[in-house]
Amino acid sequence: MEFLAKLRKSDLLGVAVLALVILVLFPSCFNIFRLNLIGKYLTYAFVAVSLVLLWGYGGVLSMGQGVFFGLGGYCMAMFLKLEASDPVSTAIQSTPGIPDFMDWNQLTKLPFFWLPFKSFPLTVIAILLVPTLFAWVISAAMFKRRVGGVYFAIITQAIALILSVLIVGQQGLTGGINGMTDLKTLLGWDIRTDSAKLTLYFVNAGLLLGVVLLARWVLKTKFGMLLLALRDKEDRVRFSGYDVANFKILVFCLSAMICAIGGAMFTLQVGFMSPSFVGIVPSIEMVVFTAVGGRMSVVGAVYGALIVNFGKTFFSEQYPELWQFMMGATFIGVVLLFPTGLAGMYQSRAKDLLKLLKRDKTKALVATPLPRETPSQVGLTPVEEGKHG
Amino acid sequence: MSASEIGSMVVMQGFAGLSLFTVLLLMALGLAIIFGQMGVINMAHGEFMAIGAYVIYFASQLTQNYAPSLTGIYFIPAVAAAFVIAAAAGYAVEVLLVRRLYNRPLDTLLATWGLSLALQQVFRSLFGAKEVSAVLPEWMLGSVQPMQGIDIPRNGIFVMVLTVLVSGGVYYILYRSRWGIRIRATMQNRTMSGAVGINTDRVDRFSFSLGCGIAGVAGAAFTTIGSTGPTSGSLYIVDTFLVVVFGGAASLLGTIASAFSIAQAQSLLEFFLTSAMAKVLTLMTIIVILMLRPQGLFVTRVRA
Repeated sequence: MEFLAKLRKSDLLGVAVLALVILVLFPSCFNIFRLNLIGKYLTYAFVAVSLVLLWGYGGVLSMGQGVFFGLGGYCMAMFLKLEASDPVSTAIQSTPGIPDFMDWNQLTKLPFFWLPFKSFPLTVIAILLVPTLFAWVISAAMFKRRVGGVYFAIITQAIALILSVLIVGQQGLTGGINGMTDLKTLLGWDIRTDSAKLTLYFVNAGLLLGVVLLARWVLKTKFGMLLLALRDKEDRVRFSGYDVANFKILVFCLSAMICAIGGAMFTLQVGFMSPSFVGIVPSIEMVVFTAVGGRMSVVGAVYGALIVNFGKTFFSEQYPELWQFMMGATFIGVVLLFPTGLAGMYQSRAKDLLKLLKRDKTKALVATPLPRETPSQVGLTPVEEGKHG
Repeated sequence: MSASEIGSMVVMQGFAGLSLFTVLLLMALGLAIIFGQMGVINMAHGEFMAIGAYVIYFASQLTQNYAPSLTGIYFIPAVAAAFVIAAAAGYAVEVLLVRRLYNRPLDTLLATWGLSLALQQVFRSLFGAKEVSAVLPEWMLGSVQPMQGIDIPRNGIFVMVLTVLVSGGVYYILYRSRWGIRIRATMQNRTMSGAVGINTDRVDRFSFSLGCGIAGVAGAAFTTIGSTGPTSGSLYIVDTFLVVVFGGAASLLGTIASAFSIAQAQSLLEFFLTSAMAKVLTLMTIIVILMLRPQGLFVTRVRA
């Protein structure tokens, strides 16, 4: 109950409205095909929420969140693929019992790193831990050396490129550019039926709401306060005796884990996983969701993911050639004119409205202002502190 | 395979690496100036390269249709045009977009990425989604054979000469001209430079358009070795960033050295592995080195 006590009433109201929208409104308005599509968007919302923690509050921009989304998704896909490749249904292969793409690439034995994915509990552990450990290695190497800001963004982007090229290049081990397709059952339960899709939608929505609450709670704790503090005045936090790097590492690992859950749910709902969700373009698109929704608002990020993807689907169906242009223009516009995104716009409007109604409630809704970055804070010159002093 | 065959293979693979080196270097020079000077990451840098490449293509189409007799010489003025047009586009972007975001480097990165998406669509609408290639003048085709078994393509030699000229030009501007003094002063201490009367806003505009102009020349060089598509620029952008970061921002020598080592490593590895794995291995090595040595290869030693 302490968990809930930390959250203010107005916070819970926003989450309750969101819950109403995704648990009641969407399922009653859309058919299962559209609902499945929305479920897919909601898996991106996991990444958007993770970026609120990491970027909006922590001030660390990762342009490689697709890496963790993809790792989570691939862990799940590997389990499903092994289940779909039992010796009976793969009897026509030259080596029955291994995934079809391995057979096509003349592999005769399951590679060692595939073995844990025969067990469901180990798979769940892998989904949660593999991306988190990977994030820990990256962030520990970078943040302990006080590399951050733009540098960090570039390195994460390069890692996204490397991983996607690696997955495409190692076709025999990963399924290559096509990814892992023909996923059929989860522990014997057919995930391709409409009823399974409906169940998965609700499981996904429930998990997302859980993550949203978790994120809001994290931001209300002392840790969340410290994140904000180190985003705005990293040096001052350091001089106060905090080990800044550890907090950044922690928030990066947490965000990686959240992305991984989204990725695993993506695989379950969409029925495949491919390197096109790992590389640079999807990773930056995920930043767009957060930017549009509002980088300072957990709930806003979910709406951002939904709105941008609705727009994407609508425009690419109606005006395919316009979509990319719209996306670019939206991004420029949001960054230039509304850095706090939709949530920021809503909050500043709501504040004015509420001021008219009730004076005492206004304080709860004040939007947290954006950071004013100065070049020294964002780590443009990682050497400036120490070394050449 | 005899020893001499292996020798000539190494030479030719090395030369292939040099072609990659020239494109990476021309891209990275512009990016390093912009990044070093303003701390701005220009994600649309690849699109400025594409602008240069499309200018060459456009000029080649014009010459083919209206003045076929000029095919032999159109390329040289077209390179100049590529520089000027890309620089003008860069100037406009600086004034309209980048300038408004100077204190928010991460946001600049996102806004310029939006710009790159929009520009790619513009290219697609104007020139089509298919890759196009310029008609090269006669003297740029074929290859020279300095020795038995070694073929060096002429377009590669041309690009090399172009790169040397541009690098020399950048060196002159940065270290031997008034503009260079202003640029380096602003790079080292923006506030003090302003205090001694340097118009840092103008310096920013100048360096941004210079950097974009060089990207345009990179695009011109690119057309001689490959064909241009709407997304050609974005293929090189990550490699280019790594070149800049690996070389140590704001170090001309570092940028050259890192472009050279990355290009050569990649092209030699391509001989033993698939090109995808060569790229993975090269990029991974750079990242590991950067994790151990975040300041890059060369550092301008300045007390910040």
